[in-house]
Amino acid sequence: MDKGILLEMSGIGKSFSGVKALHDARFTVEAGEIHALLGANGAGKSTLMKILSGAYEADEGTIRIEGRELILRSPADAKAAGIHCVYQEVDTSLVAHLSVAENIFLDRMMTAKQRAWLKWRDLYAEAEKLLADLGLNVPVRKKVADLTLAEKQLVLIARVMVEEAKIVIFDEPTAPLSLEETDQLFRIMDKLKKAGIGLVFISHRLHEVFQICDRATVMRDGRMILTEPTSKIDTSDIIHAMLGRSLDDEYPKQEVPIGEVVLSARDLTLGNRVRGVDLEVRRGEIVAVVGLVGAGKTELSRLLFGADEAERGTVRIAGKQADLRAPAGAVESGIVLVPEERRKEGILVKESVLHNLSLPILGQLSKWGVLSGSKEKSNAIGVIGRLGIKTSSAGQLTGFLSGGNQQKVAIGKWLNTGAEVFVLDEPTKGVDIGAKRDIFTIIGELAAQGKGILYLTCEFAEALGLADRILVMCDGRIVKQFLRGEATQENLLYYASAGQEELA
Amino acid sequence: MNKLMQFTYKYGALIFIGVVLLFFSLYNEYFFTYGNLTDILRSISIVTFVAIGVTISLTVDGFDLSVGATVSLTTVVTATMMVWFEMPLVVTIIVPLLVGALVGLLNSFLIVKVRIPDMIATLAMMYIINGIHKTYTKGYAIYSNMQMSDGTKAPGVMEKDFLWIGQGKLLGVPFPVILMLIAVIGAHLFFKYTRWGRQMIMTGGNEEAARLSGLRVKRVRMYAYIASGVMAAIGGILFAARVGSGQIDAGSPLLMEAVAAVFVGYSVLGAGRPNIVGTFVGAVLTGVLINGLTMLHVQYYVNDIVKGGVLVLALAVTFMNSHRKKTA
Repeated sequence: MDKGILLEMSGIGKSFSGVKALHDARFTVEAGEIHALLGANGAGKSTLMKILSGAYEADEGTIRIEGRELILRSPADAKAAGIHCVYQEVDTSLVAHLSVAENIFLDRMMTAKQRAWLKWRDLYAEAEKLLADLGLNVPVRKKVADLTLAEKQLVLIARVMVEEAKIVIFDEPTAPLSLEETDQLFRIMDKLKKAGIGLVFISHRLHEVFQICDRATVMRDGRMILTEPTSKIDTSDIIHAMLGRSLDDEYPKQEVPIGEVVLSARDLTLGNRVRGVDLEVRRGEIVAVVGLVGAGKTELSRLLFGADEAERGTVRIAGKQADLRAPAGAVESGIVLVPEERRKEGILVKESVLHNLSLPILGQLSKWGVLSGSKEKSNAIGVIGRLGIKTSSAGQLTGFLSGGNQQKVAIGKWLNTGAEVFVLDEPTKGVDIGAKRDIFTIIGELAAQGKGILYLTCEFAEALGLADRILVMCDGRIVKQFLRGEATQENLLYYASAGQEELA
Repeated sequence: MNKLMQFTYKYGALIFIGVVLLFFSLYNEYFFTYGNLTDILRSISIVTFVAIGVTISLTVDGFDLSVGATVSLTTVVTATMMVWFEMPLVVTIIVPLLVGALVGLLNSFLIVKVRIPDMIATLAMMYIINGIHKTYTKGYAIYSNMQMSDGTKAPGVMEKDFLWIGQGKLLGVPFPVILMLIAVIGAHLFFKYTRWGRQMIMTGGNEEAARLSGLRVKRVRMYAYIASGVMAAIGGILFAARVGSGQIDAGSPLLMEAVAAVFVGYSVLGAGRPNIVGTFVGAVLTGVLINGLTMLHVQYYVNDIVKGGVLVLALAVTFMNSHRKKTA
């Protein structure tokens, strides 16, 4: 097996509206190696891989495959150069109502490479052989819609094989898989590797990295921090490289007396994303739930707010059973959610700030169903002033505000609902530093008023800076609890990325 | 170029109406008279009610295609109330309103509970209602003392008091025009100043965000469809009162006319979304065009081409603008 450098990316730079996402990034993949690409969320790994797969164009830098310089303007260019992706969301890449064989040969069937007349028998035979080579046992005539997620992923890999891939990017492929399915995937990745293909493996699960990867590269803040063979480093090296900076004092934390239990959830369950979660939040307390992407935090927050209905479990707010059949009931019960998908779920971007802020309290603002313009206005002006929302006027369309100010609207609409518990799901996502601080201050003030705060985040530093108590979530379960001051980023990451099998 | 586009988007529809009015006024001296203008308004009064219904369904990001069929059904129901059953005026009016509400309830059941997409659900309902109203009348038009299929004569007649609703005048203004103006102003105030109106607008703006803000969006959508059905029913009652009989398939052409008025309304004052004032302007524009073209002795079958052309023009302005906004 020749161990020449297959892919070389060097000097890659990329900015998004003035913010540098990648600085002089260098990344190489050898033929027949599995190279792990690691980093915290926002470190730049997905930007780098999107450049490699042609989804983004780099501002600067060169990409070479087998020494030839490439210009990748579109995903089609990347595919033509032999660069393929296996995304976590396999459903977007497969055609559900076509058979396995049709999906495997999809690209070929749609291009000039295919002769006008299809020979179905040959096609099926070829597909069968291919799957057998990969060690897969999937009927080729079965519809893709009827496959399990793991099988779909394997079909996608088979398709990549057909197209003579040189580089295959696996973007968190194991996140939705069971242990056995993961093992099967790793066996197949090993086969691809032996066939001389270069593999890029993105995962948050560090033990998997050591299990199958030859080398690991760690990114942080858009820069390459470390590239080493996995035999020469250990987990703590990687975690250290990933986190790097120390905790600074960007977290204004007020000391607030903590009162009685205001939210208590018992045995909340929905499928395998939320598996029997118990938790409690007291008045004045900020409880952070940390976990990696896909740990089930968003699903948990939606259950607590009645956005989805739990299969099992009870939620009590201020001692009373909460009505969580729909968000309307949750609001009446005194629990509110600031959802992660701000622009889609948190606010109505095409409506004014005023209308957004009035929405949950239309009843309060009207008499006999007629809205009081003056009450509406004074509510909006009050909230805008209290949260420091930067907007030209209350009538401004919310979509024109900056991310941070949109988030303040998403929080602000709940202020006058009399809610007892605020659930915030990744409230600092896509928010600049200044607005982040404002949001932390707002959260602190809510706690000071005796509200209970449940703060779900994958930014460990935020949890360490803000929370009175940190719950670590992994694979739908709360696996560990830390009191303020007990936790470090290292042990949060350890518990968040360790599969539960290691805890047992 | 950009500014011109902006200007066209905002005032294009109003200027277009102005130009059309001016043109017809100059062409025919009778056009711009009180008599003719009230005629135009009376001619659009029924379709305006239907269009308000469509506007309401579009406001919640739905689409009620069954309104035309509902007009047909309620027209014959209204007529039979008098002709077959000799009911008093109150019953004659209330029963079709209930029928309209029931249609809306069924629509919302299919859409909200069964989760059939709005257009398809109401399309299916349109078929069913069309069938029902013909089955109900056995395919005959309903008129005073009509011949029944068993050879007897129907006992009742279309009441005078009832016909006044569609044909009478109050203070020199045709009564349907007064009703229409009340409905337009009422619906406009409803959306601008009431909680329920706002809830509908917000639901249509982004159903999931509205739901996650604590709105009971399913209920809101249900009320919207019921309102749409009731508006169509008022259209049906007016239709029966206007023509003095219960015609089969009376409402069928009204669906497209109402939809056209609503979408022309999108382009009025650059709203870009369903709005009552725009809908009314759209209905007026159609009325003016038809009236004017008739005076020009244009054949009636050309009308649909003109109406369609105006609709395309309005849609083009609206959607070119919304696309430009997105790409800008």
